[in-house]
Amino acid sequence: MPGYTDPGFDTLSLHAGAAPDPATGARAVPIHLSTSFVFESSDQAAALFNLERAGHVYSRISNPTNAVLEQRVAALEGGIGAISTASGQAALHLAVATLTGAGGHIVASSALYGGSHNLLHYTLRRFGVETSFVRPGDIDGWRAAARPNTRLFFGETVGNPGLDVLDIEAVAGVAHAAGVPLLVDSTLTTPWLLKPLEHGADLVYHSATKFLSGHGTVVAGIVVDGGSFDWAREHAASGRFAELVAPYPGFHDMVFTDESTVGAFLLRARREGLRDFGACLSPHSAWLVLQGIETLSLRMDRHMANTHQVVEFLAAHGFVARVGHPLLASHPSHALARRLLPRGAGSVFSFDLKGSRAQGKAFVDALQVFSHLANVGDSRSLVIHPASTTHFRMSDEALKAGGIGQGTVRLSIGLEDPDDLIDDLRRALKAAEKASPKAGA
Amino acid sequence: MMELQVHGNTTWCYSAGKAFDPAKPTVIFLHGALNDHSVWILQTRYLAHHGWNVLAPDLPGHGKSAGPPPGTVEAGADFVLALMDACGLQRAVLVGHSFGSLIALAAAARAGHRISHLVLVGTAFPMKVSQALLDGALHEPLKAIDLVKRLSHSTLAPPPSTLGPGTWVLGGSRALMRRVLASNPKLNVFYAGFKACDDYRDGEAAIQSVSAPTLFILGKRDQMTPPKAAQSLIAHARNASVTLLDAGHQLMAEAPDGVLMALREFIAD
Repeated sequence: MPGYTDPGFDTLSLHAGAAPDPATGARAVPIHLSTSFVFESSDQAAALFNLERAGHVYSRISNPTNAVLEQRVAALEGGIGAISTASGQAALHLAVATLTGAGGHIVASSALYGGSHNLLHYTLRRFGVETSFVRPGDIDGWRAAARPNTRLFFGETVGNPGLDVLDIEAVAGVAHAAGVPLLVDSTLTTPWLLKPLEHGADLVYHSATKFLSGHGTVVAGIVVDGGSFDWAREHAASGRFAELVAPYPGFHDMVFTDESTVGAFLLRARREGLRDFGACLSPHSAWLVLQGIETLSLRMDRHMANTHQVVEFLAAHGFVARVGHPLLASHPSHALARRLLPRGAGSVFSFDLKGSRAQGKAFVDALQVFSHLANVGDSRSLVIHPASTTHFRMSDEALKAGGIGQGTVRLSIGLEDPDDLIDDLRRALKAAEKASPKAGA
Repeated sequence: MMELQVHGNTTWCYSAGKAFDPAKPTVIFLHGALNDHSVWILQTRYLAHHGWNVLAPDLPGHGKSAGPPPGTVEAGADFVLALMDACGLQRAVLVGHSFGSLIALAAAARAGHRISHLVLVGTAFPMKVSQALLDGALHEPLKAIDLVKRLSHSTLAPPPSTLGPGTWVLGGSRALMRRVLASNPKLNVFYAGFKACDDYRDGEAAIQSVSAPTLFILGKRDQMTPPKAAQSLIAHARNASVTLLDAGHQLMAEAPDGVLMALREFIAD
């Protein structure tokens, strides 16, 4: 029987991390727009700086509003704590930079958000960190890609763009056998649809810009530690993860795994990563994400119900060649999604028109309810045509290699009346069908 | 950290990164069942930088310490006295939480003047454990860990805690208990610790023979060891003081400053 200290998801969504403000009685979480916090005494100041006492010093390192968000997302994910960051990309970078450096190696899913792929494939390579990409469902491929200098396995709960579902338990098993943690990007599914830590992942992060916030008003990220990976044991076995197990000269020779048996990652990530890279989150942004999380399960339920109807409509439409959602039995991840994601595999997916690049553009231009923009996870329905926008420089052949066709369209299904969404799509599909295959191509 | 040989077994002690200084007074911190030294991270680190040696061992068979886990409170006390000998300590402050508080009590009763102050955090006597929980610890430890987690906490909005701001203490407790359970594949330290608490019968006799001043730090909302369950110890203590904090059983995580301030003031005398 759940009690107040064993609450359900919705109670945590509203209450985790937040009590009425002791100074004012304010029930909602106050926005602490203050760079810094007054010390009670010189002794307290020194103790805070030396991690002898816990509290806030400077908002790049921590802030009371951000701390509520961090506790709340950690609670919803089943973790031990979290760090909020300036964006989802900053959360990924913080996790990677805490665990590896020049000479390190990452094994990542090949089905990643483009920004994550850029970071791993181009930018981190410039800093001496190599990444091997494997198809997310190729379990032998994950195993074969691990090297003695591998520090991290990384994938998305549902991969971009085809929604390949990550078999978290299987990939975590391979990661742990190789002596490394599994980091999972859970942006598109949120803890309401899937809690990766329960399935064996060690670290989870979100672009909170998307469904956690849910209103398209804020850019934010957050990384959660499950407290499950034994850095000290792995260091003893292979010498890896000295960042967490050997004395750190950058912070009084602290040995993070001595300080905290389960929380060494978060200690170092905050004390080094936030301190030195500085990609902290504005408290105002943290507050906006908290507003979104209060209704997360309600919104996700509606996102999924609407997605169900839209997917069924598109799958039955004559001008649609393919719908890439695991709801459909034809999707390669259908069975895995039913097991891991019984509430649904998210509301962001792509489908292919039976048409040209020009007809794809005509489809997008004819939509009235869907907004044409480069985001997902808004309360409003969104659309983008990769071949004419995000991937417009690519040749037809290169697009095909990336799993993107001339007529591929990505949708993010929002919270509007589903009948309106379907009407809008029906009208736009008709317009695309009538448009010249070559006009404007 | 320090590694000491106690009863022929390597004992891992957190010392807040400081070398042991024989010229300084020493505080020994004893964790509870299925926990380790890291539950004391904030209190130990502060005192280590304010004139004290701190020794926070992983109890034998827990975490990074070898040897058989104490199967009784008295065996735990044997370990503490041997630890003091191994370290050459003539005198120390003893601080214990939960199971560790009973060990500290039993050790203080036997050590006489060697214990300058005794601090019992989240304590009770008798420290009864339900048969259902004992059975759970033995047969379904992961499920029982979730029950202990629930009973050990009292708030969904703790202050900045063991990992600083952003710590989710309920999750931290669960992760630590799972880790400590996994640290000993030979023996179920969950069951061993809880059984030792349940079996202990000598609390009142022990507290009567403690000569050191004794501080009880109790959580007002503690469901594991509620304040009323410490009353017999308080009543029989020769020199007791009590600090009640707005917290559950994991006081060090839910009220880290409250525990530290009570401790600091008490041992300064």
